[in-house]
Amino acid sequence: MAEMAGRAGAKSRPEFRNIHVSQLSSYRLPLAGIVSILHRISGALMFLVGIPFILYLFEQSLTSEISFENYRAIISGWFAKLVLLALIWAYLHHFCAGIRYLVMDVHLALDKDQARGTAMSVLVVSLTLTFVIGLKLFGVF
Amino acid sequence: MTTKRIVVGAHYGLKDWLAQRVTALVLAAYTLILLVTLLVTPTLDYGSWAAIFGSGWMKVCTVLALISLSWHAWIGVRDIYMDYIKPTGVRLLLQVLTILALVGYACWAVIILWRV
Repeated sequence: MAEMAGRAGAKSRPEFRNIHVSQLSSYRLPLAGIVSILHRISGALMFLVGIPFILYLFEQSLTSEISFENYRAIISGWFAKLVLLALIWAYLHHFCAGIRYLVMDVHLALDKDQARGTAMSVLVVSLTLTFVIGLKLFGVF
Repeated sequence: MTTKRIVVGAHYGLKDWLAQRVTALVLAAYTLILLVTLLVTPTLDYGSWAAIFGSGWMKVCTVLALISLSWHAWIGVRDIYMDYIKPTGVRLLLQVLTILALVGYACWAVIILWRV
């Protein structure tokens, strides 16, 4: 009896499984989902590249006047600037999205529309600041 | 002797969840402190930059931020491993390397700071 019912149920119900990496591009994430996965990516980026690179720059900038000039030479290269900009984006996104999670932790802005709104704010604020800092970094103003 | 087992987990989750948030707040506060310090510094050259980190209280703030950063990064990176790395051996190896890297980075940062 139970087996029969189980089989009949299995036929009519849709199945939900964890998606495979190859299916990622066919799934459209909601805004909050985009903010969430970017939170993870930005965190991983800061751990893998950010901490060693920033510590290296920190060391060069602080050790002596000679190393300070070396630091300035390093960050004047376009590739270093690009890496720096990626890290600045990662920090800004992680910062803004982190504040969003802290707000949600105290049970604010939890309904669907508000959550979508705050996710949008995170993207707008972090990307705008990244853009402005990027212009400054590459000497546009 | 009986061990009280709780079926819903080992309960290290709450401690980590809380630690992640507290360390995040410390890092946010440090970011603001550093930002304000830089904004009130009229000209940024080697002398003024070194003077910022030469002061005792800035060193203390920076060390607190470093401890928070290492702890925060550990929880986050470990969560990523738990989600994507299934073989226990590989996960353990990555976790050990991550801890060594984070402790190493923190030591390196302290060495840099105490040269100033």
